[in-house]
Amino acid sequence: MGDAILRAEALRAFYALDIYGKTKIIQAVNDVDLEIRENEVYGIAGESGCGKSTLLKALAAAIEPPLRLMGGKVVYRVNGAEIDVATLSQEEKRRLRMTYIAYVPQGSMSVLNPVMRIRDTYRDFIESHLDVRQKGEAFALAREHLVELGLPPKILDAYPHQLSGGMRQRVTIALATLLKPRIIIGDEPTTALDVVVQRGVVQLLRDVQSRLKNTIVLVTHDMGVHANIADRIGIMYAGKIVEEASTERIFGAPTHPYTRYLIDSLPRFGDKTPRESVPGSPPSLANPPSGCPFHPRCPHAMEICKREMPGFTRVAPDHRVACWLVGEGSYGKAA
Amino acid sequence: MEKLLEVENLTKIFTLGSVLSRVKITAVDNISFFIRPAEIFALAGESGCGKSTTARIIMGFERATSGAIIHNGRREGKNEKVWFTEGIQAIFQDPFATFNPLRTVERYFFETIQNYRLATSKQEAIERIDAKLRLVGLTYDDLAGKYPSEFSGGQLQRISIARALLTDPKLIIADEPVSMVDASLRMSIVNLFKRLRDDFGVSVLYITHDLATAYYVCDRIAIMFRGKIVEMGTVEQVLMAPKHPYTQLLRASIPEADPARRWQGVIRLSDIEQDEYLRQGCRFAGRCPHVMDVCRRVTPPQFDVDGAQVACHLYAEMSRSDEVLIASQGQ
Repeated sequence: MGDAILRAEALRAFYALDIYGKTKIIQAVNDVDLEIRENEVYGIAGESGCGKSTLLKALAAAIEPPLRLMGGKVVYRVNGAEIDVATLSQEEKRRLRMTYIAYVPQGSMSVLNPVMRIRDTYRDFIESHLDVRQKGEAFALAREHLVELGLPPKILDAYPHQLSGGMRQRVTIALATLLKPRIIIGDEPTTALDVVVQRGVVQLLRDVQSRLKNTIVLVTHDMGVHANIADRIGIMYAGKIVEEASTERIFGAPTHPYTRYLIDSLPRFGDKTPRESVPGSPPSLANPPSGCPFHPRCPHAMEICKREMPGFTRVAPDHRVACWLVGEGSYGKAA
Repeated sequence: MEKLLEVENLTKIFTLGSVLSRVKITAVDNISFFIRPAEIFALAGESGCGKSTTARIIMGFERATSGAIIHNGRREGKNEKVWFTEGIQAIFQDPFATFNPLRTVERYFFETIQNYRLATSKQEAIERIDAKLRLVGLTYDDLAGKYPSEFSGGQLQRISIARALLTDPKLIIADEPVSMVDASLRMSIVNLFKRLRDDFGVSVLYITHDLATAYYVCDRIAIMFRGKIVEMGTVEQVLMAPKHPYTQLLRASIPEADPARRWQGVIRLSDIEQDEYLRQGCRFAGRCPHVMDVCRRVTPPQFDVDGAQVACHLYAEMSRSDEVLIASQGQ
């Protein structure tokens, strides 16, 4: 594990929707501080609608209207130099994309063009990012890469609909890793897949990571997948990171009440003791609760929780929690 | 043994392609199982294993190619939907797709009451609706005049269950009821099924790919693979000591929420699904680590292994030796 390769500082990204002349602001990412290190798998967990996909968009420098950057910044460290993403031109962003930072989306069917053979998709991709003169050269590169990842090269001749969902997702991952990016961002890459196939895809991701020694940022709501692949996990709730720690500590010593509910409600084999859901419903990001966004559902809510958002408290090395329960005496932002 | 619903040798064949290149896919292949009163029975498997097709046939959305569905000792006739007349109600996967976004949620309740003539006045209807909603932790006032968009997915799924309860069904068919619900709310739905079983004697056919919740909530489970039931028994037998190699693979592939128990080893995936449907003999033979000659030729029958039913040739010898044992004991 190395230095920070990707950093978000007080990042705020809101959707500004115009509905019948009335502007509706959705505070999807609200004041997120994040530091992702070299050669680690960083997991982001949270429920649907908590802003985790928006956070990924911001990290991947893919902010486009109606999503707007309202404050803070995203910093990449490329070859030792720190770059503020907001200062990059479109062309510079395009050049960084896929060679430095790659993105694996959830629905592989919408990535692969259904009327193009896989090899043509690969050729398009290679030609737009590399200086390849000959057709054959691009194919050779694609074939070599697939073999390296243990995928049958004959799939290059197939159309996307001829492949199973798991194979399509693995083809997408292969495509995203073709240029050996330093950071791979995965937005629920295994969610639509069956468990056996999911295991195969996670296996591939892990394999790629150990080969390239790069960084993976993985968003999924499946805590089981996080337990299997992540080194560190950030728990997101209502646009904010509320707890961040190593995988062992998130599962072994969850501290924020929301994390505790999340971990305790997971069904486990060989254990039929009753499990409880988090009471209440997830908040709307258009109108988030005041103070700590979890306070309407929190059994330990105090007066201060309704008024003020707690800053981070470091409860152990590499384990920080944003909750007034543990923040007693150390109000404000502990770095 | 009392049986609330019995499925007997059910088969469904879909035909794909045009007249010239026709492929027949046996989505459900000669399966039999039964559900007892006050029991949660899981039908589990990966996508494309035929579990939802089975549910759709039971609910009457799809006609079986062959086989029978027996409900309370009555066979399903040609033109009657048993589920419709006998109090089998259904809950679907996507709570947002269940309700029309342009209709208020309460209209679904009144419609059900009208269809089944459950009340004679509006006041009586509201009382009945309120009583059912209270079972799922809501009240009539919570949803009066509201549209589906005003509820969260978990709430809508609970509302959907309350609607199903209006007719006092003996069996609820739940097709992936929690897969679209947020992780933090999943348990509230699953616990609801438990309560319905324990307090009201309602049976649930729980169709899922999530074996961990199946273990938590169900009594018995059947694992399906490419249209066949490969293993069936209590959740303890099937999930804690899986016998069929496919169940073993499935069980080992579930990501356990425990960083100390990460996946070990490397697995093989099938590249093209259709091959497995069309395979002769055991459909898992292409990926099975214990594959034998006989597996590629003969479809394995169900063997009784320690009280569970397992469709695998590995257990042929064992049950034969059991028979010998029983025969010798009889002498």
